[in-house]
Amino acid sequence: MWHLLPKEVESLWTLFTAPVVWAAHFLFCYLAAAVYCEKGFFGAGFDTLRLTIGLVTMAALAMIVLAAFLAWRQWGFGTGDPPHDDPSRRDRLLFQGYATLLLSGLSFVAVIFTALPALFLTGCLR
Amino acid sequence: MSDHARPGAGAVNEDKAAEEAQLRAVWANPTGWRYWTSVNNYQIGLWYGSAAFAFMLFAGLLALLVRAQLAVPENDLISPELYNQAFTLHGTVMMFLFAVPIFEAVAIFLLPPMLGAREMPFPRLGAFGFWSFFIGGVFVCGSIFFGAAPNSGWFMYPPLATSEQAGIGADIWLLGLSFIEVASIAAAVELIVGIMKCRAPGMRVNLMPLFAWYLLIVAGMILFAFPPLIAGDLLFEMQRMFDWPFFDPERGGDPLLWQHLFWIFGHPEVYIIFLPAIALLAMIIPTFSGRPIVGYSWIVLAAVGTGFLSFGLWVHHMFATGLPQISLAFFSAASEAVAIPTAVQIFVFIATMLAGRVIFSTPMLFAMGGIAIFIMGGLTGVMVALAPFDWQAHDTYFIVAHLHYVLIGGMLFPVFAGLYYYYPLIDGQRMSDRVGRLAFWLMFTGFNITFFPMHIAGLRGMPRRVYTYPADIGWDWLNLISTMGAVVLGIGMFAVVMDVTLHRRRQPRGEQNPWNAGTLEWLNEPEENWGVRSIPKVASRYPLWDQPTLAEDVRAGRGYLADAKEGRRETLVTSVLDAEPEQVLRVGGTSYVTIFCAATLGTVFVALTFKWWLVSLAAGIAFVGGVLYWLWTGTGEIPDRDEKDIGHGISLPLYASGVKSTGWWAMFITMTGDGTAFASLVFGYFFFWTIHTDFTGGQAGPGAFWPMAALALFALAWSVTLGAREINRQGSVLATRLLLVLGAVLAACGCAAALAGPWTSAMDPTAHVYPAIVWILVIWAAIHGAVGVLMQLYCLARSLAGRLTPRHDMELHNVALYWHFMLVTALVTFAVVGLFPEVL
Repeated sequence: MWHLLPKEVESLWTLFTAPVVWAAHFLFCYLAAAVYCEKGFFGAGFDTLRLTIGLVTMAALAMIVLAAFLAWRQWGFGTGDPPHDDPSRRDRLLFQGYATLLLSGLSFVAVIFTALPALFLTGCLR
Repeated sequence: MSDHARPGAGAVNEDKAAEEAQLRAVWANPTGWRYWTSVNNYQIGLWYGSAAFAFMLFAGLLALLVRAQLAVPENDLISPELYNQAFTLHGTVMMFLFAVPIFEAVAIFLLPPMLGAREMPFPRLGAFGFWSFFIGGVFVCGSIFFGAAPNSGWFMYPPLATSEQAGIGADIWLLGLSFIEVASIAAAVELIVGIMKCRAPGMRVNLMPLFAWYLLIVAGMILFAFPPLIAGDLLFEMQRMFDWPFFDPERGGDPLLWQHLFWIFGHPEVYIIFLPAIALLAMIIPTFSGRPIVGYSWIVLAAVGTGFLSFGLWVHHMFATGLPQISLAFFSAASEAVAIPTAVQIFVFIATMLAGRVIFSTPMLFAMGGIAIFIMGGLTGVMVALAPFDWQAHDTYFIVAHLHYVLIGGMLFPVFAGLYYYYPLIDGQRMSDRVGRLAFWLMFTGFNITFFPMHIAGLRGMPRRVYTYPADIGWDWLNLISTMGAVVLGIGMFAVVMDVTLHRRRQPRGEQNPWNAGTLEWLNEPEENWGVRSIPKVASRYPLWDQPTLAEDVRAGRGYLADAKEGRRETLVTSVLDAEPEQVLRVGGTSYVTIFCAATLGTVFVALTFKWWLVSLAAGIAFVGGVLYWLWTGTGEIPDRDEKDIGHGISLPLYASGVKSTGWWAMFITMTGDGTAFASLVFGYFFFWTIHTDFTGGQAGPGAFWPMAALALFALAWSVTLGAREINRQGSVLATRLLLVLGAVLAACGCAAALAGPWTSAMDPTAHVYPAIVWILVIWAAIHGAVGVLMQLYCLARSLAGRLTPRHDMELHNVALYWHFMLVTALVTFAVVGLFPEVL
């Protein structure tokens, strides 16, 4: 049967999904601003940069929310309480889900932090 | 496992005694001067740690020298040149020879017993790392006795450090530290594979000791943080040696590129230092609170979160360089965000203490003192993360105060806590409580007396690294207080040194687990070299608390892999998530080859410093020979049989190739680091593109033909290598050999074509930065191609010697993996140098 979302991912790497999205978003903001402020972008105004950063931020937040949802599901939607320290596959999965959910929260906040300058600054200012 | 006290136990006991004797013999160290050829994690960890501590004491003395010079205004106790060398070496040694290596030392020492493993997966690599570190460290430290130490500050900013004034010291810094960075990357490989693949059966990721979680993250960070510095060192040394103008604005270069590359390394490094120290606290605090940590998952969140966010901070060291403020603001925001995961860890510790019954032992004193100091440094960190405040405080003593609060609170005190806590693992005795408490209070007060006044001196405008100052501007008494505090701090450290060196003869052998800790390293057999007598099945985060028979079972040899019948050093490999047993790994034993390789590689770097090209070349060839000998004799051995019984009815394979083998992981991890260094060079290329309207400076490019030809040849070599791997698996040995030869020929032609691009267009790398960066990228790709050829020929030789067969093809898998990375390198290099200028 086909699923929109994978049923269960048995991997250590899912833990890093949200922080990787943060890193990609951060890198994009930094590089876009650096190139724009040095080289310009086909005569586009600064607001275009701000708008682009805004759109990329929305996309990044959406991806983090998706990662958080998957993690929340892996965590059984909060039915089991931490500390998840039983020597069982189930508790290992719950732990992974919970840790991933926490990391998604942190990444969500960090992405907003990173995007704030584009909200407030109206020029490269150097 | 607790099926003891059976009938016929007498015979069983005799068997066990014989088994134990053999195991002890297999893991025994040579005696006499050959003791130094040991590769066992216990010795390597101890040597590593002792050397790092010795370097720390040396750098501490340099700090006292600096403080003595600054004690009174208009002082001329030491010469300005010696002063410059002293503060530069102080910073360099503390960061590169103490802060980073001490955690590698602690990790190598602690991880095998903590994870229930016999040994790290690559003991010889660990030994090689130690010797590299030791040789490089002595070289860098020794330079000051010849008046030749680096003198441009520990971050070596050009143009000062590229100038004539910098002298040979700058070369010593660049080459000596590059050598030590090799050791760090070796440690990262060792730690990642060790933590992911060598845990005791049952130790699932949710049961891993927090120390291991932290170290896993830190080792990952090393892979992304150190390579940019290696790339920067390469560019820097090319400028110093051959006048390639990477940082010379007159020929299109830019000193800011160095600042970027240095701080892309330098800021994560702060967390590379800080996280392992916090990891020690995460082991100590539960023990003395008498309960499991509160919020295990939150600690994992904090470790991973800090690990990532720390890479978004580097420009906060560059707030005063005139970058666009929008850029500064991104980094300022990330710098504030990193306070969140950092604070989470501290709240977790406080919660654990509140929920338990705290015993204020000496390690706890150091831990608490460290946290208090660190919080203070963190708060000034939040201040300087704000660009407008930083513009005021930049390069003043406020920063000096801030960074010492962070590093001494976040690293030195926790390491001392760890020393007091883990000392019983070294020789079964505790360190003296009386001396420890005295030392703590001396250090704690001495530290604050030294560094608190620096905040005020900084706000009053005292610049860092200043040689002396006039009497009438309000800095004098602040500096005098700082110097007096430094003496008190020094006396406190001296007390600890006395305790470590003198106390051991006085005290009787203590208990095995004196603090009643819950984690596996407290099985504690300091007189044994085997890591653990037998490997337990773990079912708890704190097995010694929750599994009452575990300690006795392990010691009685009732765990897994209790014997070493074939006389080989063996440890278990388990799966990443659930730690299910997968393989018995035979690890390398005592050997000279590690010392030989470290010494020859060290000679390469030392000879380059003095521009002794021939010596360097000869040493380089000897090093490659040494590595080949090491690989040929020490890896990929085809075992005498397929499987080994590890007890409890489990039989595991002795050989693995591809994703299942530890060697494949080591290659993957090494190449990830290598890829980061390459990415940093590409970053440099585009950095030069952004800052110039025409970054070619009117110089001719390499054209599109040769780069595309090189790319095609490398792509063919890649596909042929992959083909060789598949054909070999199907059993056609002859075809495999032919394909390997073909691959080597193609790759060699690829290297030639790569160099032909800039060569045929006569690009002069000293004329302008554009030809220089093109040459660097192309040479990087060509050298990697040459290493690829060497690997293909190595596989061919193994095949001809019958050491690589269709079933035992570990080398071919690893080489194919290398070629995946090589393909990406070629693709990026030649697309960038060949096509990018064409589309502009």
